[in-house]
Amino acid sequence: MKQLISSPHTVFGNSVTRVMLLVIFALVPGYIAYIWFFGWGLLINSVLCIATALACEAWMLHLRNKPLQPFLTDGTALVTALLIALALPPVLPWWLPVLATAFAIIIAKHLYGGIGYNPFNPAMVGYAMCLIAFPKQMTAWLPAMTEQGHAINFADNLRFNFTGKLPEGTGYDALTQATPLDALGIQLQLGNSVTEIQTGFAQFSQYFGVGWDWISILFLAGGLFLIYKRIITWHIPVAMLGSIGILSAIAWLYDPSSNPDPIFHLLGGASMLGAFFIATDPVSASTTPRGRLIYGAGIGAITYVIRTWGGYPDGVAFGVLLMNMAVPTIDYYTQPRVFGHDKADKP
Amino acid sequence: MRKVWDFHGGLKLDGHKSMSMQQPITVVPVPKTLVLPIQQHIGEPAHPVVQVGDHVLKGQLIAAAESFVSAPVHASSSGKVVAIEERAIAHPSGLLATCIVIETDGKDEWVPLDAHASDYKQLDPSRLRNLVREAGIVGLGGAGFPSYIKLNPAPAKTIDTLILNGAECEPYITCDAMLMRERARSILDGLLVMRHAVQAKRCLIGIEDNKPEAIKAINEALTLQEKTIVDVVTIPTRYPAGSEKQLIKTLTGIELSQNQLPVHHGIVCHNVGTAVAVGEAILEGKPLISRIVTLTGHAMGKPCNVEARIGTPMQELLDYAELKNQHTDRVIMGGPMMGFVVQETQSPVVKTTNCLLAITQQDVTHEQHPMPCIRCGECARVCPAQLLPQQLYWYARSKDFDKIQEYNLFDCIECGCCVHVCPSHIPLVQYYRFAKTEIWAQERDKVKSDHARERHEFHQLRMERKKQEDEERKRKKREMLKQSQAKDSNKQDAIQAAIARVQAKKQAQHEQENNSTVDDSNK
Repeated sequence: MKQLISSPHTVFGNSVTRVMLLVIFALVPGYIAYIWFFGWGLLINSVLCIATALACEAWMLHLRNKPLQPFLTDGTALVTALLIALALPPVLPWWLPVLATAFAIIIAKHLYGGIGYNPFNPAMVGYAMCLIAFPKQMTAWLPAMTEQGHAINFADNLRFNFTGKLPEGTGYDALTQATPLDALGIQLQLGNSVTEIQTGFAQFSQYFGVGWDWISILFLAGGLFLIYKRIITWHIPVAMLGSIGILSAIAWLYDPSSNPDPIFHLLGGASMLGAFFIATDPVSASTTPRGRLIYGAGIGAITYVIRTWGGYPDGVAFGVLLMNMAVPTIDYYTQPRVFGHDKADKP
Repeated sequence: MRKVWDFHGGLKLDGHKSMSMQQPITVVPVPKTLVLPIQQHIGEPAHPVVQVGDHVLKGQLIAAAESFVSAPVHASSSGKVVAIEERAIAHPSGLLATCIVIETDGKDEWVPLDAHASDYKQLDPSRLRNLVREAGIVGLGGAGFPSYIKLNPAPAKTIDTLILNGAECEPYITCDAMLMRERARSILDGLLVMRHAVQAKRCLIGIEDNKPEAIKAINEALTLQEKTIVDVVTIPTRYPAGSEKQLIKTLTGIELSQNQLPVHHGIVCHNVGTAVAVGEAILEGKPLISRIVTLTGHAMGKPCNVEARIGTPMQELLDYAELKNQHTDRVIMGGPMMGFVVQETQSPVVKTTNCLLAITQQDVTHEQHPMPCIRCGECARVCPAQLLPQQLYWYARSKDFDKIQEYNLFDCIECGCCVHVCPSHIPLVQYYRFAKTEIWAQERDKVKSDHARERHEFHQLRMERKKQEDEERKRKKREMLKQSQAKDSNKQDAIQAAIARVQAKKQAQHEQENNSTVDDSNK
């Protein structure tokens, strides 16, 4: 066996599991803030997603004659499950998280060859499939916590998930609301101005807006930690947030009454979560430095377009999936200049 | 401070250098047997010029270089040639190689030496280069390329910069660092000889900043006058700063492409150990018969640097440094990043043996199951050649050898940085070596098949010509046959005509007779 050993003989203790655990670690502050502001629904969804992800992963590995070790414990299924849980609304029938996760792991990941071979971001495939198939449930968000506490407590949330029953006197439509981003989009299309909407709708009350801001800022902090630990590079987040920021700033400067300011776009919706945790999924993202800039900027632009003119509450998932398709071409044409070559070799 | 340039990627590695630098360089005693491979360099093997039973002296030529890219081999002590045979040598392939085996007599008696201590400056540079060739000197940094060729710039090229490589960027290895500390004067003497050989304008000595004693020693050894032409440059410690291309970039800002030689930019680059060897060859007339070897690693009881004769069995050095066998995972020739495993410790020390590294199981991450590539790109961030290792891996796996060359596989210097950081533990360098070997094999096959095709086409051409000639011959034959047939038919015609004439005559007679009969009857 020894003659087969090839240099180098010593390696740095990096591993896929280490990478995934650091990603999960970086999600924790934003995750806690999310539960703080929107209640226990996220935790229930997370448990459902993780259980489904691990079960599907194990089943698919079995069908594909792959060993459970090290694939089941590599942490990738866990990250996919958590990203789906974070993308889903907090109050949902139990089968939606299960369906989204099963679709992500079975169809988007294993049918393409498992870890390392999926051209599309599995979490976003699962989420987008449910969003298209079940738009009503998938766009009904909860209002943020007020002085009276969460809009729905843990037991009621859990009962709704499994039985569909809400406490006496509470209706589903009364309980849920559109997200601020969604509400703003709908109201703008109805002809209201940004100021009217921001003063007249519950979504923009102090608590609700502040909740989204905090969650986004904590995801931003987690993302900076990942850059510091060299788990991700700065290219994709900077390009994606940059293109959202620039496009929204241009529109806002042109007509502030019908376009929200860039801060609203950057801290609203899934901008931060998407930029640092979703678009940076290495397998489905571009892998060259310049390619990552193009890839990130493309996601930002598509996100902005869908938010502004599209019918969906947010555009990050579609932005990621559409840019996933462009990755092989982007990578091919953005090869870096090789040492000693005059310029990047254009193939 | 001189300006230094930055190169992309690279790694800050734990040096592990101090363990082998605790004591001065010692000389290993003459071994009983010396095993001298006839090829210890890049190029053609040398040809033995001694026979079994011959008595040889220390420094005597025993194998001569006959082709341009080759280097001769000298006896490293006096004794008797007892065999010229295939022996195990330290080589990644594990193949045997022809060696000249000398049983030493313990007298260690020199051949007469031809020194040029005082007059080397009067010698023609080409004469100097020849002396370097005759001394059997090859690059002692590890590659083993015959040094005289690098001292032999094309006639039109003028050499602007002569670089001495004292970077020694691989962890554990300290032979150059110790040499610079202890023999700074010899290095500078060799440098000046080299400078005369290539007529360089200036000299740079690049040393990583983790060797302050070496930098100090060289600076102290420089005379005032030498300081005007020799610059000691401290460069940041970062693997692979000692790789020739990266060092040239760091010191001059010039990037060499894969098919360019330093001489294209008026640069010549040699290892500090090579400089000492060149100095000794010219100033003292001594051929290359020994070198400094670092014996180190956590499995070594007494890590140190030694001066060992070329041809000394490695086992003697391992014993000298008190190798702890039970703790040894593997012995590596070279460093942990680019070295290879020594399979047979009786293999001899050769001109390129800079280090014997004995590592323990704790030093290596063992038997990790390679995971699929997750395209994290960490490899591309550390690649000093600015390649995309993740894409090269993808195409090496799918054996897409056209695409892999579009991604510049042959710019890979196999430094191992990508493997070092890979979270999926993929032996990337092995994949690249595999792809390179396959492409070379395909090219050889192509040359062969081109040759075969040409032969086949020529064969077909010949067959075609033969066929045409046959046709021609047949046609001629047929014509001749026709002509003869035509003659025959003339005869036949004549016969026929004669017959016809005869018949006509007969008929005419007959008719006459009949007529006469009728006439008679009418009568």
